[in-house]
Amino acid sequence: MAYIYNTPQDQQAMLEAIGCDSIDALFDSIPESLRLQRPLKLPAAMGEMELTSHLAALSEKNRSPADTLCFLGGGSYDHFIPAVVDYVASRGEFYTSYTPYQPEVSQGNLQAMFEYQTMICELTGMDVSNQSLYDGGSAAVEGVLMSLDVTRRRGRVLVAESVHPEYRQVIDTYFALLETEVVTLPCPAGTLDLNALEAELTDDTACLLLQHPNFFGCLEEVHEIVDKVHAAGSLLVTIIDPVSLGLLERPGDYGADVVVGEGQSLGTPMQYGGPYLGLMACREKFVRRLPGRIAGETRDRRGNQCWVLTLQTREQHIRRDKATSNICTNQGLFALRASVYLAAMGPQGMREVAELCLQKTAYARQRLGDLERLEIAFDRPVFKEFVLRDRENAVEQLCADAEEAGIFAGVPLGRWYPDLSDCLLVAVTEKRTRPEIERLVDFVSVQAPCGVTHAE
Amino acid sequence: MRNKHATQLIFELSQNGRKAVALPQIDVPERPVEELIPERFLAKKTLGLPQVAEPEIVRHYANLSTLNMSVDTHFYPLGSCTMKYNPKRNERLASLRGIVDVHPYQSERSLQGLLQIFFELQEMLGEISGLDAVSLQPAAGAHGELTALMVAAAYFRDLGEVRTTVLTPDSAHGTNPASARMCGFDTVTVKSTPAGFVDMEDLKSKLDDSVAVFMITNPNTLGLFESNVAEIADQVHARGGLIYLDGANMNAILGVTRPGDFGADMMHFNPHKTFSGPHGGGGPGAGPIAVSSKLGAFLPVPQVRREEAQSECTYRLDWDQPQSIGRVRSFFGNSGVLVRAYCYLRTHGPDGLREVSENAVLNANYLLSRVKHFLPVPQGDRCMHEFVASAAQCKNERGVSAMDLVKRLLDYGFHAPTVYFPLTVKEAVMIEPTETESKEMLDQFAETLFRVLEEPDDLLHEAPHTTRISRPDEVTAARKPVLRWNPSTEE
Repeated sequence: MAYIYNTPQDQQAMLEAIGCDSIDALFDSIPESLRLQRPLKLPAAMGEMELTSHLAALSEKNRSPADTLCFLGGGSYDHFIPAVVDYVASRGEFYTSYTPYQPEVSQGNLQAMFEYQTMICELTGMDVSNQSLYDGGSAAVEGVLMSLDVTRRRGRVLVAESVHPEYRQVIDTYFALLETEVVTLPCPAGTLDLNALEAELTDDTACLLLQHPNFFGCLEEVHEIVDKVHAAGSLLVTIIDPVSLGLLERPGDYGADVVVGEGQSLGTPMQYGGPYLGLMACREKFVRRLPGRIAGETRDRRGNQCWVLTLQTREQHIRRDKATSNICTNQGLFALRASVYLAAMGPQGMREVAELCLQKTAYARQRLGDLERLEIAFDRPVFKEFVLRDRENAVEQLCADAEEAGIFAGVPLGRWYPDLSDCLLVAVTEKRTRPEIERLVDFVSVQAPCGVTHAE
Repeated sequence: MRNKHATQLIFELSQNGRKAVALPQIDVPERPVEELIPERFLAKKTLGLPQVAEPEIVRHYANLSTLNMSVDTHFYPLGSCTMKYNPKRNERLASLRGIVDVHPYQSERSLQGLLQIFFELQEMLGEISGLDAVSLQPAAGAHGELTALMVAAAYFRDLGEVRTTVLTPDSAHGTNPASARMCGFDTVTVKSTPAGFVDMEDLKSKLDDSVAVFMITNPNTLGLFESNVAEIADQVHARGGLIYLDGANMNAILGVTRPGDFGADMMHFNPHKTFSGPHGGGGPGAGPIAVSSKLGAFLPVPQVRREEAQSECTYRLDWDQPQSIGRVRSFFGNSGVLVRAYCYLRTHGPDGLREVSENAVLNANYLLSRVKHFLPVPQGDRCMHEFVASAAQCKNERGVSAMDLVKRLLDYGFHAPTVYFPLTVKEAVMIEPTETESKEMLDQFAETLFRVLEEPDDLLHEAPHTTRISRPDEVTAARKPVLRWNPSTEE
């Protein structure tokens, strides 16, 4: 009996106290006809040793950036995680507690939440942050939904095609049931087409959802964009890469109204895409429309400074069908990890990580773009990702061959952008060294040069 | 004894020039930043993050952590949240390199072990639910509800039926109506009987052809099994509607009865509750859903499939589902939580899972049998995995509320039960001991609760007394929100 204390003697004593003959009789309220008359068809139980071997064998069947050189990005990144992050997050008092409904015995979590909110405000230049949403995709959709409420415009929302395609799919899924139209704006040269933006901004447009740096790694012309969006009375919802903010102007400083994003880069392992950390912050005037948990400062009955969950009247457990969102369980653990990461990095470390990404990316982009087989797809400033076009039009094969050679070369874009089916998205984090970049360059120039693989 | 620094904000510890990391030198030919990024994009000022040394970070958070109660340190009978023991083996196994250090856009051939885990988990959840198709994508229980309602909406659209209403019992979790609203449904509340069950007459009166889904929690939030559930399902099905099971309370019925067998068409699991995922101070969770075969085509993409060829199995992601609602989040799902659930299920097997529910129900009934003598349990003598006591009498006679009682429990080292939920019970105290507690612990809890009830009113009104803070002013916190730290202006 894994993790169960009760011995047969305990069970007997408890049944006697209850006044019941058997454990089975405790289930009398379940009609016989609804009972499962056989054991569940599940694999037999394994002890800890067998399970350890089993999982080790399964784990061995996977490759990992630990054994394969990783240039994969697209919303999940191989950034370094300081050990102190793992240490703090694995403390049972954080790890095995839940939502701080009882502030007296949750001050650790609540204060950490309050510190997290402050750090996210500092990072983004926004006034208020919640305590996390599920991930970048669901944060993006919550940001867009919030813009409908705030502007009271329900006609349409605009989404740049350079926004993460999976985030756009999430938005399509959510909006399939609502009356608001989702208009996707073209990004022919890797960034938003400003003429298209202007043409589509109507007086019933709630927001523009923009990613900066965008999915292709390119920087968007945020100043021009925000002016146009605001002139139309709409909101700018910006998706950020938190690491980029070590160098780039904060969204709050260039005029974004709502900031959302994927916080995985801040100390959360890639773990095949989740659980991650949905970031969301906004202007103070929208705070009562902000979904998710929020910690606030107050005083206790003795006058001590302390923290509580606040503005709960926005939330589903109070407001039910009138709530700002249905979210209950969030990603508190990864918000904690992000706090520890940001504290460990500090302003200087964030600047250095961002600069490492920038310089290595620029170097890799130039080296790869100079190869005969590849060319740089978009001539725009980039941060830590860039798109290469394969003159052989065989990116899937290129990636498969690279994997054989021990390299995850990048993410082929054809699955989301048919026009870019000859393109590859390459990410370079601070962890990639110059010799590693050279390995990818050598692989392409030696093992996969022009004329070796051919388009079908 | 407690370090005073424990409660300082990390920003207040900050000193210019301190840092906790030493990053490598740039090892590529360095170019001026302005050459790579035009000036207009660059930050004009330094980020206002704390500047602290690593030992300070450790001490700060280690001290903060001691201000929390947690499953590792305390009995945590928070009803509806299933705060069971979080097995340490699962942590170790979910941290294996090939599990945790894996990029979501790796090729399928580089992920065969993980895809096998997910395939087998889909199969196991299908068997436990008695339903046919599973999506592992949703990120939490409420997200599972939303996803399933989207599936239902797609199903009715495909049938060409216009159904605008979702019914929820008045005892439902708040997430149910909130999820329905996010899907654009109108919500209508179905009353409970005084005994705590869905009121059949009220249900029938609200059941018409506009009803898409009836969302039911079973065992319900009072900890009672809705014995009429099959009849409820028949009624809803007869009008063409679907039954959604909120799986929050699956810990009571594993291997005993299956939602698919009692009429549910769709459901979510909360692996962080039922299958022991650590709650992480608020999350992560996961919210996989299971649906009947007629709804399977509408599930989010991708699904994990197994292909057998010449005695070799391969696993792949299937994106080819033209009727799918699409995706509800980025990437595959909360992989880390799902792997822990897989480990939990493989640890238990069929008999072990049944024992989980048997002992969860035994522990709850035992505690109920002790508590009911001094704190009334309006809905009876028996329960499933949890029960809801009421402090209404105590409140009426002495002015001592449910909140007063549970706050005093904190002084004695017990986390508070859930209070004021479900809304159908006055001064509700919702207690869920889980199977991973001992009889001695339950005895201590019951004895303590008894002792608390004997204590003077004033002592209870002001409880807790031994915690660092007591009774924060939540009204002011909400009226004049202070949601971030600001540097002192006095310096």
